[in-house]
Amino acid sequence: MRHDHIISAKQLSRADIEEVLDRAAEMDADPETFADRHGNALLGLLFFEPSTRTKMSFTAAVKRLGGDVVDLGTVESSSVKKGESLADTVRVVEGYADALVLRHPSEGSAQMASEFVDVPLINAGDGAGQHPTQTLLDLYTIRESAGFDDLTIGIMGDLKYGRTVHSLAHALTTVDADQHFVSPESLQLPRNVRYDLHEEGASIREHTELEPVLPELDVLYVTRIQAERFPDESEYRAVAGEYQIDAETLEAARDDLTVMHPLPRVDEIAHDIDETDHAHYFQQAHSGVPVRMALLDLVLGGDR
Amino acid sequence: MSDRELRVSKIRNGTVIDHISAGQALNVLAILGIDAGSGETVSVGMRVPSDRLGSKDIVKVEGRELSQDEVDVLSLIAPAATINIVREFDVVEKHRVERPSEVVGVLSCPNPHCVTTEDEPVESRFDVLDDGIRCSYCDTIVRDGIAEQIDVA
Ligand SMILES: [Zn+2]
Repeated sequence: MRHDHIISAKQLSRADIEEVLDRAAEMDADPETFADRHGNALLGLLFFEPSTRTKMSFTAAVKRLGGDVVDLGTVESSSVKKGESLADTVRVVEGYADALVLRHPSEGSAQMASEFVDVPLINAGDGAGQHPTQTLLDLYTIRESAGFDDLTIGIMGDLKYGRTVHSLAHALTTVDADQHFVSPESLQLPRNVRYDLHEEGASIREHTELEPVLPELDVLYVTRIQAERFPDESEYRAVAGEYQIDAETLEAARDDLTVMHPLPRVDEIAHDIDETDHAHYFQQAHSGVPVRMALLDLVLGGDR
Repeated sequence: MSDRELRVSKIRNGTVIDHISAGQALNVLAILGIDAGSGETVSVGMRVPSDRLGSKDIVKVEGRELSQDEVDVLSLIAPAATINIVREFDVVEKHRVERPSEVVGVLSCPNPHCVTTEDEPVESRFDVLDDGIRCSYCDTIVRDGIAEQIDVA
């Protein structure tokens, strides 16, 4: 893989994706082998909004490779609070680390920041924009559980604002999946995402109900519908209720259906699914560490 | 005012932007950053009869040549425009605008959450699509109303 920065899932070819996932699978199977692979590596963490789990996952990943983190800390205590630009912050901090991980509320912030630094920069979420490491761990779970061949996947919930969905849809197009998008009309895919998917020759269909498409699916990826997307509470309750699943819903599904969710969930997936073979969402969350290890290994020069 | 009359009011040094899509002259001035407070001598012809376009706008600016970034954005709102550079009353260069693959600066991103709208040392940048433009940072697509994104700050 020849990318200095990991900004967007859109930049990754199928070969890139397979390379990351293959490396992640090796690391997952035998983490001891890699325990000292990047013994001196320092990973700079720049989290401008709280995301404890993503941060923990990156920290775990670099420590499992023998490296360590230097952390900008909370925004409240840093020079950013004093009005420093992101461009200045990354130019200072790149001197402290071998690679940077950035999470920032502004869309396009990772792309911009990457233009100011020489060390590899990994986007850990830029507002409603891209979140490529989440996408890669999603793909890892999909490949492990269902495989990419003849894959039919349903993606349900908030497709308008859900950035994980947008990144994932691009990547699924790269692996030629049939994609079904299930959402209320008001939360359908945004125009720029639909435009790109068409440009890329994606096979996509949009639905307002899960029922007709459920029996065809190998994977059902559920996302949360947030109350603040609706003008009032009652409308939210009425709409969100249509996109919740439980064990009874899944009686119409294939026995080997994989159910995924980026977590945290609220009530989109009932707890009675947790104990079934359909539930892959915790496994999905755990794969964040080996996938981020693989990505770090590749950007830090794991081929040497 | 006819096209002929406009041509009579020659400028000494500067730029004549001709064959502007009718109705876009004021947007062209905005691209050039010209408003009531700027010092340039400017003449504007609007809805002038044109053989090629039916009717067109024309803008003449004394003492000002266009940067490539300005020409790029101009091409998006006035694809048939011709640019004449005038020195000592003679047209020394004449070219048509070409649709670029990207435009830098001049326009601002309509997405209020886009990093380019913040106080960062970065210019806006848009990829030019067949039927619009797309922010290179946040991916927002602008199809209609590109002229409304001209940065008048
Ligand atoms: Zn933008």
